[in-house]
Amino acid sequence: MSHTTTSAAGPRPAQPRRAHRDTTSPIAGGVAAGLAAHLAVPVLWVRVFFVATAFLGGFGLLLYAGLWIFLPSGQAFEVSTPGLESATRTGKRPGRRSRLRDAGPAIALGALFFGVVLGFEGIFGQGVLFWPVVLGVAGIGLLWRQADEAQRERWVDSSGRIDPFRAVFGNGGWAAYTRIAAGLGLVLTALLVFAVAAGQASFAVPVLVAGLLGLLGLALVVGPWVVRLVDDLGAERAERVRTQERADMAAHLHDSVLQTLALIQKNSHDATTVARLARSQERDLRQWLFEADTADATTLAGALKEMAADVESQHPVVVDVVTVGDCDLDEALRPIVLATREAVVNVAKHAGTQRADVFAETSDAAVDVFVRDRGAGFDLDEVAADRQGVRSSIVDRMVRHGGRADVRSAPGEGTEVRLHMPRTSHPTDQEHR
Amino acid sequence: MTETVPSAPAGPVRVVLVDDHAMFRAGVRAELAASGAGVVEVVGEAADADAAVEVVHRLRPQVVLLDVHLPGGGGVEVMRRQPSPETLYLALSVSDAAEDVIGTIRGGARGYVTKTITGPELVDAITRVSGGDAVFSPRLAGFVLDAFAGSIDVAAVDEDLDRLTEREREVMRLIARGYAYKEVAKELFISVKTVETHMSSVLRKLQLSSRHELTKWASDRRLL
Repeated sequence: MSHTTTSAAGPRPAQPRRAHRDTTSPIAGGVAAGLAAHLAVPVLWVRVFFVATAFLGGFGLLLYAGLWIFLPSGQAFEVSTPGLESATRTGKRPGRRSRLRDAGPAIALGALFFGVVLGFEGIFGQGVLFWPVVLGVAGIGLLWRQADEAQRERWVDSSGRIDPFRAVFGNGGWAAYTRIAAGLGLVLTALLVFAVAAGQASFAVPVLVAGLLGLLGLALVVGPWVVRLVDDLGAERAERVRTQERADMAAHLHDSVLQTLALIQKNSHDATTVARLARSQERDLRQWLFEADTADATTLAGALKEMAADVESQHPVVVDVVTVGDCDLDEALRPIVLATREAVVNVAKHAGTQRADVFAETSDAAVDVFVRDRGAGFDLDEVAADRQGVRSSIVDRMVRHGGRADVRSAPGEGTEVRLHMPRTSHPTDQEHR
Repeated sequence: MTETVPSAPAGPVRVVLVDDHAMFRAGVRAELAASGAGVVEVVGEAADADAAVEVVHRLRPQVVLLDVHLPGGGGVEVMRRQPSPETLYLALSVSDAAEDVIGTIRGGARGYVTKTITGPELVDAITRVSGGDAVFSPRLAGFVLDAFAGSIDVAAVDEDLDRLTEREREVMRLIARGYAYKEVAKELFISVKTVETHMSSVLRKLQLSSRHELTKWASDRRLL
């Protein structure tokens, strides 16, 4: 039931890997973090790269700005399990911390800004355009940052309406207002500085340039919003499909929960049945709420969990499955699942306890499964020769398929069945961790 | 860490119960009263993070039973605000999602048990935590092994905080297999105290380590 293999990295149909901006932990636009994840290199390297190339005539800055515009922001609709998503939405799980509180990002931003200055000095010299451009770029950067923030909050927001005010300001707060005000202020100052500096020139040129600059600024500020709105539409459609899927699932589960509760009421005198029903329902719900897509029996862990659910539904026993690592379930591994099942069924039938712990560890070399109970235990030597359960179903089966099985038991101390199956015949098996 | 543990208490262990479901709180309270009379005493309750911080600050309990999903930022938020320096936390959760479990442990909890735990087991876990030891359920042990998987390189173990020693892995494996501390000790021919030392050391590595496998494992799950 527990699954320790990741659902995020689980076997999925192959999709082209696309770079995203990481808007969950941005310093400026999350470009560096997103790229680092995409390229699987430390984020520090990417940041150093951007800062360093900023000195090469502002190349790093232009690259950053370009990527900021064109990379879609990632993980907006990252699908978690419904239980976790709901807990996150209602503030029951720790949320995102502001990255700007620590000094590192502030230093990086400062360095980046310094890079802008140097870059433009490199290109234009300390000419007329320099300060207006610096101020304008800083202003636009701030406005973009706010656009990201507002976009993120729109995604998190579940009310569904698009409110023009909130589309710009997000959920408000001093940070949003400050960003907008500072951004606009910087852009306006840039224009003003430019106008003043260009005041002596002939009349027509400044007007033309000012007009163009204004248009450019507008396009740069509004452009990303428009692009993202289009993106949002596609994303929203995908989200709607997902929501409907969820609703269907929820309906199904509610039905099953209600059915189970009805059954429990009818059987309230029968403690064993009640416990069994409650347990199976708990498993069902828990699986759906907290474990993403693990029910399929195409992996070893999935098969063991399915086996556990199956045995629990037929016998009055609680089976806890803990798995470490996972691999595809091929024919060579099926015997170990069947032997595990037999061991668990033996616990249910003979151990006189209601609990079995199953632990499976998958490494490159082998699969090890342990089935442990705290039941009556037995003396191995005294098992009659005609009792075939342990001997043929577990030990012989494992040996026949190239594995090994040990049974350790003593009266009063419970029993542990240890199953070992080497994987050397399948060295190319992909490991899912 | 053991140095923050108050000296052996004279009376029962004072416990504060933090969970947003009143029904569950009532159930745990009744269960602790039944199986932990004289050993464990529930001195307060809270239903969200703010209330929990206030109650823990006021009552200074030895142990807080902390729900992982809690209004106001989750159980992690309560520990982050450190309302009482000498208080220890035991996570008690219905969620067995890896990100919640490891996240809470990394947030400072001394142990993690699921809500299906029986009364006597819970009493045992509380006394263990109040004594400064770590409490690992089989599930948590499984998560830990998974998080540290691939670190079997025994040659480099000692100078590297982020690796589990082979002994610690063995202890974790046995816990994951459902062994009790006493059985682990017997199996490995070591004392129960040594088992507890290993567990505390694993917990410390889990909470302190920030590099290598655990970091990758955690960031894959967006814990960091």
